[in-house]
Amino acid sequence: MTVGVPQALLYYKYYPLWESFLHGLGAEIAVSNPTTKKTINLGTAAAENELCLPVKVFFGHVLDVKDCVDALFIPRVISVESGAYTCPKFLGLPDLAKTADTALPLILEPEFNARLGTRKFYQAILDFGKFFTNKKSQTIRAWMDGVTAQKAFQKKLEAGLTPVEAIAGVEPQPARGGLKIGVVGHPYNVYDSYTSLNLIKKLRGWGADVTTTEMILPKTLEHEADRLPKRLFWSYEKEVVGGALHWIHKKNVDGIIYVLSFACGPDSLIQVLLESEAKKHGGTPLMSLVVDEHSGEAGLITRVEAFIDMLKWRSM
Amino acid sequence: MKITFPRMGKLDMVLSDLFNRSGIDYIVPPQTSAKTLQLGLRYSPEFACLPLKITIGNFIEALEQGADTLLMAGGVGPCRFGYYAEIQRCVLEDAGYKFDMIVLEPPAAGWKLFVDTLKLLAPGKSVYQIWRLVRVSFKKARMMDELEKYTLKYRCYELHQGDSTRAYKKALAIIDAAYSEAEIDAVCEEAFAVLEGVEKDMERDVLKMGIIGEFFILLEPFINFDVEEWLGNMGVSLDRSVYVTDWISPSTKNPIMGISDEEIAQAAKPYLNHFVGGEGLPSVGHSVIYGCEGFDGILHLFPFTCMPDTIAKSILPQVSRDFDIPSISFVIDEQTGRAGTLTRLEAFLDLLNSKKTHKRTGATAEFALSK
Repeated sequence: MTVGVPQALLYYKYYPLWESFLHGLGAEIAVSNPTTKKTINLGTAAAENELCLPVKVFFGHVLDVKDCVDALFIPRVISVESGAYTCPKFLGLPDLAKTADTALPLILEPEFNARLGTRKFYQAILDFGKFFTNKKSQTIRAWMDGVTAQKAFQKKLEAGLTPVEAIAGVEPQPARGGLKIGVVGHPYNVYDSYTSLNLIKKLRGWGADVTTTEMILPKTLEHEADRLPKRLFWSYEKEVVGGALHWIHKKNVDGIIYVLSFACGPDSLIQVLLESEAKKHGGTPLMSLVVDEHSGEAGLITRVEAFIDMLKWRSM
Repeated sequence: MKITFPRMGKLDMVLSDLFNRSGIDYIVPPQTSAKTLQLGLRYSPEFACLPLKITIGNFIEALEQGADTLLMAGGVGPCRFGYYAEIQRCVLEDAGYKFDMIVLEPPAAGWKLFVDTLKLLAPGKSVYQIWRLVRVSFKKARMMDELEKYTLKYRCYELHQGDSTRAYKKALAIIDAAYSEAEIDAVCEEAFAVLEGVEKDMERDVLKMGIIGEFFILLEPFINFDVEEWLGNMGVSLDRSVYVTDWISPSTKNPIMGISDEEIAQAAKPYLNHFVGGEGLPSVGHSVIYGCEGFDGILHLFPFTCMPDTIAKSILPQVSRDFDIPSISFVIDEQTGRAGTLTRLEAFLDLLNSKKTHKRTGATAEFALSK
């Protein structure tokens, strides 16, 4: 059985886990092609107008991969830690996928909900495994292999690789000692080379060292995010906030670029907090870069170049 | 301490009653207006949903009138509403206002926190005393909601346009004047008699429409262009999916609207299998229920970039198709105009009327078109 994995949204966070898990269950995996203009056009046509760019991109990837697979893997990731949620769109993702105005193959929608406790979490995994095998042990082993793969992935990120590089198996690049830019934002915006208009590659091309949220230890992110007066109830926003606050307070980057997509609900609020915090503490320059399906490369380059120029003047 | 709170429908009447009873000094912010919106927009994050912008405007107006403590509800997600208070605090402080803020977190965020906040609101009173106070105000609020529900349903039958609205205001005032539980019981019948006294033509042919969507937009007439009164005048009998009491009640039974959260989730299940925060799941569930009950149409209102109701909007076309019930969604932000909204709604009503006529005469839509 071939299972399709859209190269969008949580792919950038959990692909190694999903890959080992699905392989262990005996499935073949087909990942959709990297985002192109066509993906965005397909997605924008199929998705509801008001949805955010990442979800539209997700629709594009679903349509891209659906014809060559027996099933689509679209988990419902409700919560990844107790007392917090992911974005509402993830809570309704399998249901959203079904609104695409076209026939889709079977959708495999395991539910991951850490709020319900470890036992129920594992029960959900076992229930999902039944679809492939009657052997509980095989499911558990497959999941454990996935967790191991995810840990190895996490190590690579902490060593300075981006998720895309880590998945592709690239060697880390040594720092060049130029400007140090922190790029913060959701992985599906930052690392999707089409959505972010290749931001990271461009920054590196200009001689800057790029560091991202994923390269910071999760414990540090959690600790930094705790500076907010009220605990954030969105796990992924907590990482964004934690990353930015870490750099703002440690002052260990020359500037921060915050990539967010138009109409992103949580980010619209987080942006206020980050900009206010950056202003208050030592003034690490922070630039918010809002992307949507109409973003043009020229406009982005001009703005980022201006930002880099400003940082260079500051460091002189 | 001079406390204030955001406006939302009749919430000001409920809270004023509660504060009078517990002896707290308060300021009711001015009725939400274009000025409120302008003030709110000046400081709010651009992509935030409209309710945040409006409530910031409410707070600014109240602060300028002398309020020094802001009361806001909290939340535990995943809808943005739960984090409103933090953002309001951040932008208002950055704007240079001085104030205290009391955030009433729901019991889900911890009972102790909830009780501590209550005690802050009513110093020197025991939890039991507070509960008694709240109970009376709540009872009053429920009566008010019942009046509103009746008005929404029967406005379209009135013989003289405007009678229902006048009667509704009169009935509200009657209830509002009652103070104790016994008094509320005593005036209840009188208030309803005022509404029932409106001359009606029950033979009138009316459309039945359900209103679903995000609660703030539904409950605050300034933002929804008082669409309910307008629809009533256009001959539409309305059923709304949320009332103030349903929204503030900790119970999941939804006493006013009459359908429990569980039933709603059950109805939504084939289309949306998990709650997504806010009114996302209720919006889908209610449209299924309206479809089953043979309503003529569904009106869906929500703020631009609202996460839960955007999900509902994506799903609504499926429900519409399966139950043969037309639906229309309005995405509302600060740019939305009254005229544009009502024109589109009028066209929608034409569609519902012709659909109803064709159903009755047995002619198909195709036949009608070919003529």
